[in-house]
Amino acid sequence: MKAHLTRRYRFSASHRLHSPELSAEENRAVYGKCNNPHGHGHNYALEVTVSGAVDPATGMVCNLVDLDSCVEQEVLSRYHLENLNTRQEFAVTVPTTENLCIQIFDILQRRFPHAHLETVRLEETMMNSFEYAGGKELIS
Amino acid sequence: MVYLTRKAEFAASHYYHNPDFSPEENQRLFGKCNNPNGHGHNYTLEVTVKGEVDPRSGFVVDLKQLKEVMHREVLDAMDHRFLNKEVPEFFQKIPTTENLAIAIWQRLDLKLQKAKLHRVRVYETQDLFVDFYGEE
Repeated sequence: MKAHLTRRYRFSASHRLHSPELSAEENRAVYGKCNNPHGHGHNYALEVTVSGAVDPATGMVCNLVDLDSCVEQEVLSRYHLENLNTRQEFAVTVPTTENLCIQIFDILQRRFPHAHLETVRLEETMMNSFEYAGGKELIS
Repeated sequence: MVYLTRKAEFAASHYYHNPDFSPEENQRLFGKCNNPNGHGHNYTLEVTVKGEVDPRSGFVVDLKQLKEVMHREVLDAMDHRFLNKEVPEFFQKIPTTENLAIAIWQRLDLKLQKAKLHRVRVYETQDLFVDFYGEE
């Protein structure tokens, strides 16, 4: 029987929202405080949802040790206590939480073979969060 | 269609062990969760039902009935219990959060009257939860 499993992680990173396609004034108008040239940071909370048949031998969709080590290696070690703008994937793309959410989904979809990746949900603060299901509609 | 979610909490202990595996294999697969003396969690259960709003009552479902069924079928059976030893579903099956969500769905699905189950979500900790939407 198919079940969905969600695991929550935390990391902290800094970013600056600035688009090279906009003028200085437009950047300030669009991004407001987030356009501060020195950047600012957030404590992000990341929720990774995977699905699959529950293995009768283990009772599991996938082993949490495998999921934790993949997320640690591929996401947390890459972004925790880093400046997102210095990462190659955000050299051109603005590191909004929308784009970060999509990036994390794409990384995990490539690197986690043990269950089907359903969604990545990313909280930037307690007041806002973003969710990406690889372009599909959310099921819940 | 309107969705309604009711929350409940219960505390229970469990351990993970498959008698078909060797002790070494159980240890490798389940780690600390393989300790036969068990360990416990404060579980949070979220039951979501769906339906049309009854024009007379304004309800999707009688919350009192939902609460009673959740108490009788889940909390009375599982709260402050050792799942492996006291809940029949887990005499054979391993009481992972996945299997717990499935067992709770099956218990509720049999007993709910008007409400149609949409999702059973079980939090084992704040950082781990399982959703079950029924058999596809």
